Amino acid sequence: MTTIPAEPDLEARLQAGFDATIARRDRIEPRDWMPDAYRKTLVRQIAQHAHSEIIGMQPEGNWIGRAPSLRRKAILLAKVQDEAGHGLYLYSACETLGVSRAELTGLLLSGRQKYSSIFNYPTLSYADVGTIGWLVDGAAICNQVPLCRTSYGPYGRAMIRICKEESFHQRQGYELLMTMMRGTDEQRAMVQESVDRFWWPSLMMFGPPDANSPNSERSMAWGIKRNSNDELRQKFVDMTVPQADALGVTLPDPGLRWNEERGHYDFGEPDWRELAAVIRGDGPCNAQRLAHRRAAHDDGAWVREAATAFAEREGAR
Amino acid sequence: MSGDRREWPLYEVFVRGKRGLNHVHVGSLHAPDDAMALRHARDVYTRRNEGVSIWVVRADAITASSPDEKDPLFAPSGDKVYRHPTFYEIPDDVPHM
Ligand SMILES: [Fe+2]
Ligand SMILES: [Fe+2]
Repeated sequence: MTTIPAEPDLEARLQAGFDATIARRDRIEPRDWMPDAYRKTLVRQIAQHAHSEIIGMQPEGNWIGRAPSLRRKAILLAKVQDEAGHGLYLYSACETLGVSRAELTGLLLSGRQKYSSIFNYPTLSYADVGTIGWLVDGAAICNQVPLCRTSYGPYGRAMIRICKEESFHQRQGYELLMTMMRGTDEQRAMVQESVDRFWWPSLMMFGPPDANSPNSERSMAWGIKRNSNDELRQKFVDMTVPQADALGVTLPDPGLRWNEERGHYDFGEPDWRELAAVIRGDGPCNAQRLAHRRAAHDDGAWVREAATAFAEREGAR
Repeated sequence: MSGDRREWPLYEVFVRGKRGLNHVHVGSLHAPDDAMALRHARDVYTRRNEGVSIWVVRADAITASSPDEKDPLFAPSGDKVYRHPTFYEIPDDVPHM
């Protein structure tokens, strides 16, 4: 007599289905079963990404009122508006995982969730608008292009929309810097000073070195991340050096040189203690950024209330 | 924080990229009512002429198949490969096929 094999338990079957989808490099969609840890990792990553877009409006927003021409002001307004849009695409993607918008907003405002360390640096001169477009949006593009193929469908689709808009961001920044470099000695010095301040923080945008990034491996196994921090950082350096040459600025790293053998640029080690401090909340602008975001949220409360009241009255008719 | 008495409903947004194409789902947003949803959809999803027409639909008005139903619902088309053009072998020298 043969024994009837026991029905394999449901959880194991669901897990096997999930694993097979990931192995095929296919996408996980919102109504699919997924492991709790996968869901949690995604919520954290997408939320932090969304918060970064929203907080990221502030450093450049600082210069909208002081842009030197109507043309530059219109460009900067459009760019900052795009960043708001990016935040909204990403909040929507995150909500498909079962968190609410109010929860996510609360996690940012209470400081329980982080945003990119780069936005805790001040924009001290107008040249910073150009440098942010070139280096910060440039680094963001390096990070985001592979995320278009991330394993979670809604996140990948949001990234595709975002990437389409980012190239405008980088190009307007580079063009701004090119214009200043064709100007006076004083303007060229402003550009160099700005690049000196933003170079190392831009390299830190890729996160700690791989050896020090405990969750990276699991995120890569799940197809959430497609490249390691160090790979992306290298790619960014390789892309940026010729752009710096064309611009006529010096990147502030004495260790930067082409390595024929590796086929890549060698570069110095960012100050990881500085990154840790900024993440901990001790960067130059952490408190200011959160205070500003809280004030904007509170100042907008009457608008949300009015819109809700209007909708209720119309609905009651 | 005041003003968040309850969350605004979720809307799904569909955009017709240009004449001759279907509306395609592009994402979602929150809005207090239909009219505001349409305005927000315009600002969030069509800042660069991405569309000529927008639909917004309250997410809770959508009926969807669930992954568990996937097999019975979609399986019948799985074995009807003859519905796909690649099922038919046409010699290379036949033009415009
Ligand atoms: Fe962005
Ligand atoms: Fe950007």
